Amino acid sequence: MATEILMPALSPTMEEGTLAKWLVKEGDTVNSGDIMAEIETDKATMEFEAVDEGTIGKILIDEGTEGVKVNTPIAVLLEEGESADDIGDVSASVPTEAAPAAEAPAATASAGATPAAAPAPDTSPDWPEGTEMVKMTVREALNSAMAEEMRRDESVFVMGEEVAEYQGAYKITQNLLDEFGAKRVIDTPITEHGFAGIGVGASWGGLRPIVEFMTWNFAMQAIDQIINSAAKTLYMSGGQMGSPIVFRGPNGAAARVGAQHSQDYAAWYAQVPGLKVVQPYSAADAKGLLKSAIRDPNPVVFLENEILYGKSFEVPKLDDFTIPFGKARIHREGTDVTIVSFGIGMTYALEAAEKLAEDGISAEVIDLRTLRPLDYDTVVASVMKTNRCVTVEEGWPVASIGNHITATLMERAFDYLDAPVINCTGKDVPMPYAANLERLALTSTAEVIEAVKQVTYR
Amino acid sequence: MAARKTSKKPNVSADELKQFYRDMLLIRRFEEKAGQLYGMGLIGGFCHLYIGQEAVVVGLEAATKEGDKRVTTYRDHGHMLACGMDPNGVMAELTGREGGYSRGKGGSMHMFSTDKHFYGGHGIVGANVPLGAGLAFSDKYKGNDNVTFTYFGDGAANQGQVYETFNMAALWELPVIFVIENNQYAMGTSQKRSTSTPDIYTRGAAFGIPGEAVDGMDVLAVKEAGEKAVAHCRAGKGPYILEVKTYRYRGHSMSDPAKYRTREEVQKMREEKDAIEHVRELLMSGKHASEEDLKAIDKEIKSVVNKSADFAKDSPEPAVEELWTDIITDIAPQNA
Repeated sequence: MATEILMPALSPTMEEGTLAKWLVKEGDTVNSGDIMAEIETDKATMEFEAVDEGTIGKILIDEGTEGVKVNTPIAVLLEEGESADDIGDVSASVPTEAAPAAEAPAATASAGATPAAAPAPDTSPDWPEGTEMVKMTVREALNSAMAEEMRRDESVFVMGEEVAEYQGAYKITQNLLDEFGAKRVIDTPITEHGFAGIGVGASWGGLRPIVEFMTWNFAMQAIDQIINSAAKTLYMSGGQMGSPIVFRGPNGAAARVGAQHSQDYAAWYAQVPGLKVVQPYSAADAKGLLKSAIRDPNPVVFLENEILYGKSFEVPKLDDFTIPFGKARIHREGTDVTIVSFGIGMTYALEAAEKLAEDGISAEVIDLRTLRPLDYDTVVASVMKTNRCVTVEEGWPVASIGNHITATLMERAFDYLDAPVINCTGKDVPMPYAANLERLALTSTAEVIEAVKQVTYR
Repeated sequence: MAARKTSKKPNVSADELKQFYRDMLLIRRFEEKAGQLYGMGLIGGFCHLYIGQEAVVVGLEAATKEGDKRVTTYRDHGHMLACGMDPNGVMAELTGREGGYSRGKGGSMHMFSTDKHFYGGHGIVGANVPLGAGLAFSDKYKGNDNVTFTYFGDGAANQGQVYETFNMAALWELPVIFVIENNQYAMGTSQKRSTSTPDIYTRGAAFGIPGEAVDGMDVLAVKEAGEKAVAHCRAGKGPYILEVKTYRYRGHSMSDPAKYRTREEVQKMREEKDAIEHVRELLMSGKHASEEDLKAIDKEIKSVVNKSADFAKDSPEPAVEELWTDIITDIAPQNA
């Protein structure tokens, strides 16, 4: 049966084009792959090849015709043994099989969940009451979390720069080489992009890699593998395969290390669907959350902080404890204002709350602990009680975590707010080296106190 | 097809030769159909056809065993068909339908099959190279003798992460075969204009990785080179590079102005070097198959491809709920 040759779509966005030139004429025989015509789009002139073999029975659109819509019949192709008389058939066979129009999905797309939902915070304790506690630094907590998980699961291994023989640039992997050997504690060359990709590939091969970046600043070289390869594969594969991998290392400003070594990536990674993002403050959280991260079937970005590494906290003395993602911790209860923070921001938030108490202002301090998933309910419930909110983080102000919390509160707790939410953040500048300027570039306890006084109109 | 110099008798059975013919023809007819469906608006976005390069994947798949892995770039339809993935599932993914390998959420460049150990389908040039080395890392870690075929193009061979990966793969003796499918054009930039060395495989020498060039239009030569590379990797000797010199007949993607090479150049390759014609000739001249036998195969392939197109058209679009699924999972993935 004679078939119609239709005006082809030659690019993802083409809707019409100019039939610039015919390279065949009626009566010509064509084979699959032969160039039949030149078609001009807004971007380029392209060659149009024959798909089937046959004879050109009739040319329906003359060369030079502009604005020919995609799928318009432009010629008729005759099969072996047909003649021009058969052309009558085709009008009946015009394909009507254009792609079905996409239905607009019900788009309640806000990450902050449904605006009307009443908050239902999870207030269960992280470990049983009466558990014996021991003092531990964040460094020791992270180290013991990895060691425990490596003992528990043979497929867990750690790779990164200086993680083995050097014992970790920040000693987080100290003694792991001795216990687990060079097969599972692997020094890499200084090639973040490459070893991040190898880590993701290994996770697809059934392993549980922990990829340490000496600092998260260097992971910018590897961000394509973190986002395009690790975060998106579960979705792109229709759920067939995912990337159970932990990327971890110190994040944010340390002290006097300059602009290229002092950046907080919390907001960057928290924006990416497919990732889980953790930024712990205390040693107990560092341990419980890192153990959860290593067991998690999804890619986890685990943002530590160099200044916190040496700080000591009470950690439960338990053989095995984990802290679930998406559960904030109310670090200090209060009634007048909610201070929301995470990671090293918590040091300013807690100091400020302490000083504010002396002035008779009762601040509730929430440690988000994980930024994706984010525990909106705990924040919203708290603000519904205190009616005021200040957020604290060291990252830059534009499109910050604080901005996102603020927007969520506007959607879910607008009527409860007695003052605009204030975001205390790092300043909108690259990190300076000079000691005085660096202090100014970060946020501070004084700024948090000032912000709380503003929202409480004191 | 013009006479080709085949210096030795093919070391291959008549049945295997017929299988090569069938497998390569399936890819070519499938791709032609995909091009047609694209023109009709049934396939959208980017669509990179494999026409001309069929001998590369078919030859190398003939050197694999169960458990071996493969990962490639965005020009991936041929690799999927060659490793035994279902044409219906591939075509339905191209049309963005529920019956596709990724239930319509991946598209032409993003399909996976853990059953067939096919790990994508990657759209970022060069990014799949460390991923392939990572898959090989997992096999070495587990102590088996599986090999990972990591395919990329002459264009990707200029990306920095390829050399980061060469270094680590050699350092750690990973069982990975780097297959450089040199089709001579990085999108529209010829190798001469983009690449400092004429033979890309020699770049492995800097890392101590052996490599060789292979005639990618000769499926038997590809298979033979593949077997050699596989033996090297399985013996625990580390990575191997195969630079397979091939040619793509169609544009880089569907929206290719075809201004960077002449029609004559393309036509000459098709007429003188076509890999399918080569096997056809071997079958006929060796009296392994008659004209009728080959016609029967053509007919059978046409029917498989037409069925895949029908399936891809009839399969519904994914349910709107699919927008929100597979972002994160609670279940440990059944990888490897």
